[in-house]
Amino acid sequence: MKNPFDHLDRILEHRVRLQIMGVLTANDSFDFVSLKELLQTSDGNLATHLKALEREKYILVQKSFVDRKPNTRYKITERGKQAFRKHLDAMEEVIRAQRK
Amino acid sequence: MKPADHYQEDLASIRKMMEQSSKFLSLSGLSGILAGTYALLGASAAYYLIQFPLAPIDYRQESVRGANLVPLLAIAAAVLVASLASGYWLSRRKAEKAGQPFWNETSRRLVINLLIPLATGGLFTLLLLLNGHFGVVAPSLLIFYGLALTNASPNLYGEIRYLGYSEILIGLAAALWPGYGLLFWALGFGVLHILYGAVMYRKYDR
Repeated sequence: MKNPFDHLDRILEHRVRLQIMGVLTANDSFDFVSLKELLQTSDGNLATHLKALEREKYILVQKSFVDRKPNTRYKITERGKQAFRKHLDAMEEVIRAQRK
Repeated sequence: MKPADHYQEDLASIRKMMEQSSKFLSLSGLSGILAGTYALLGASAAYYLIQFPLAPIDYRQESVRGANLVPLLAIAAAVLVASLASGYWLSRRKAEKAGQPFWNETSRRLVINLLIPLATGGLFTLLLLLNGHFGVVAPSLLIFYGLALTNASPNLYGEIRYLGYSEILIGLAAALWPGYGLLFWALGFGVLHILYGAVMYRKYDR
């Protein structure tokens, strides 16, 4: 039998990253400040996780200015959506396997 | 802790974040009850203005006279302002109690999704009114309000969708029987709001 752990995505093995992916799945896009408020994390922590997801091309970054203040928005990519779905399936597999 | 428990918690936190980020959950049920009450008060005032001595359930044959237009608009505006004000105040209080932000990405999105059909409907109704089509007011306000609710329901509690459908149906009925316009208006904006507000209050506010 295959090991269900093999399907897990190492990049997504952090709660904050999973939450980011969830928020970006439920919404077209989300900005940094609102994301920080929602997840209740520090600037640095959130930025690190966003960077990691960006590096993997799971999310896109859009920088612009709103009222002369910098505004950074994030969007999930098609690749990110697929990875997120796969990872969720793998998590469910693990849960099912251990419940038996 | 077993990995399965850990993943279970992960899944729960993802679900929570998805819901919190897309839904404005601070809408107060109490404000629905109040809005419905204002609408019923407004409808009673309008009844004495345009229909009395005819009974409330009698079919009105005559159209509204132009002279009554300004007082009617004033009543409608008062109901709207009072409803918005108590909705704002009570929802803000609910958000503060829950320690959640009131004005953020989610509530901004909700307002935009509500306003597009609502502002269109309001302007549309006003323009027809200026051209003397009084009979269209009740049905078009009800229909556009229903469309606004259905449009914004992904950003609200799911049940709001059904309130939207009901308003649309009542609006269509009001178009079919324009002489019952006031009665349908009281039903859609008054009775339904009180009913839904009470259900929401029992389910989410306590």
